[in-house]
Amino acid sequence: MCLGIPGLIISRQQEDDLLMGRVDFGGVSRKVCLEHVPDAQPGDYVLVHVGFALSRIDAAEAHKIFELLRELDQLTELEGEGEPEPARVLES
Amino acid sequence: MKRLDDAESRRLAMFWSGELAAHTTKPWRIMEICGGQTQSIVKFGIDQLLPPEIELLHGPGCPVCVTPLEMVDRALAIAARPDVIFCSFGDMLRVPGSTSDLLQAKALGADVRVLYSPLDALSIAKHNPHKKVVFFAIGFETTAPANAMAIQRARERGLSNFSALCSHVLTPPAMTSILQDPAQRVQAFLGPGHVCSVMGTAEYLPIAERYRVPIVITGFEPLDLLEGVCRAVRHLEAGESGVDNQYSRVVRPEGNRASQALLHEVFEVCDRKWRGIGLLPKSGLRLRYEYRAHDALHVFEVDDIVTEEPSECISGQVLRGVKKPPDCPAFAGRCTPEHPLGATMVSSEGACAAYHAYGRAPLPAARLTRGRAGAPP
Repeated sequence: MCLGIPGLIISRQQEDDLLMGRVDFGGVSRKVCLEHVPDAQPGDYVLVHVGFALSRIDAAEAHKIFELLRELDQLTELEGEGEPEPARVLES
Repeated sequence: MKRLDDAESRRLAMFWSGELAAHTTKPWRIMEICGGQTQSIVKFGIDQLLPPEIELLHGPGCPVCVTPLEMVDRALAIAARPDVIFCSFGDMLRVPGSTSDLLQAKALGADVRVLYSPLDALSIAKHNPHKKVVFFAIGFETTAPANAMAIQRARERGLSNFSALCSHVLTPPAMTSILQDPAQRVQAFLGPGHVCSVMGTAEYLPIAERYRVPIVITGFEPLDLLEGVCRAVRHLEAGESGVDNQYSRVVRPEGNRASQALLHEVFEVCDRKWRGIGLLPKSGLRLRYEYRAHDALHVFEVDDIVTEEPSECISGQVLRGVKKPPDCPAFAGRCTPEHPLGATMVSSEGACAAYHAYGRAPLPAARLTRGRAGAPP
């Protein structure tokens, strides 16, 4: 509940007043707020908690943390109801 | 790596175990703060790889567990209103209130929704202008920035039907309270890695200085935890206090300054009651006065909350590291994840749930032989 989940930024786009992005978590794609990691680009890994990117991390670290979270059954936060509109990937 | 079952991980685990055995000359009690660390320690049997002199105590770092009963009861009262869409993280749904939980409320017809992100509640508010959309904003410093962003944008977008029931808690005051407790048994802390990725490491320095304890900011992989314990023991044996960052590959000393600024803009520090522990001064975050139109405590007047905890539950002592789950007579018998008496049995990060999930005996665990790397429990 207080752990970040690492994910790979697929795309980023401005949505209304928020810098948002599509982030892939081991095959599960979620919309994530990138406001506090404004330099992060598609292809970068970020540590995400409840739809909000907290920091950038390197790829090797991202893979290690993700596998551990899977092992601990700590990926359930990704299961909550997502955005009401259908998922779409936009290029910035 | 994960299970300590590849050769390199096993070699490293044995290295840290050996280091610990070589450096430990007297008994030490070390508390991990983060519930994710507790879960990892119990799952991978890290405590059983340590010399017998070292005891790991499990701390209060499970936000679901420490959300006060009054707040859960208040959430239930608000969720039951026909004009409300009540949004929450999934972890809170089965946390027992005095007489019910949010899952039961949903079964009885309340519009309770499990969200991935608090920002999703903004869309729900926009698309349901005739409903009051309430988000249950709980969590430590890792969760607070997302919740703060949702609240700030709700205000900027004029979403007057959005409010947050805010019950945020802060890590450093909990550590201070544990150190001030005359019954306290903690001599060093493993600090919470992901919390520090937001907050940085500076706020732990005054605690380390005042109480003369080492605080090792630690990750939650098995080898991180072993290394964190080893660093803590070295500091203890050398009589050193201070903040040591084992997790520097994720935690920068300054944290995320943009997130800290947002927290400061939306929230202010307040006294907060922690479930099982009691009132801790300056240990929570509440909405600032400027945000009161989005504060569910202001929007909904819910009075006459009379709370009732099951008398048998010892979760308060478990959360303070005074007792361990198997010390409870109800553990794994009258209290199970299916029928929890207290929140520490609900959340996977609660110590009771972790002990139950990974088959720790319902009697004080006998210490296993050291150096069992490669043989997870």
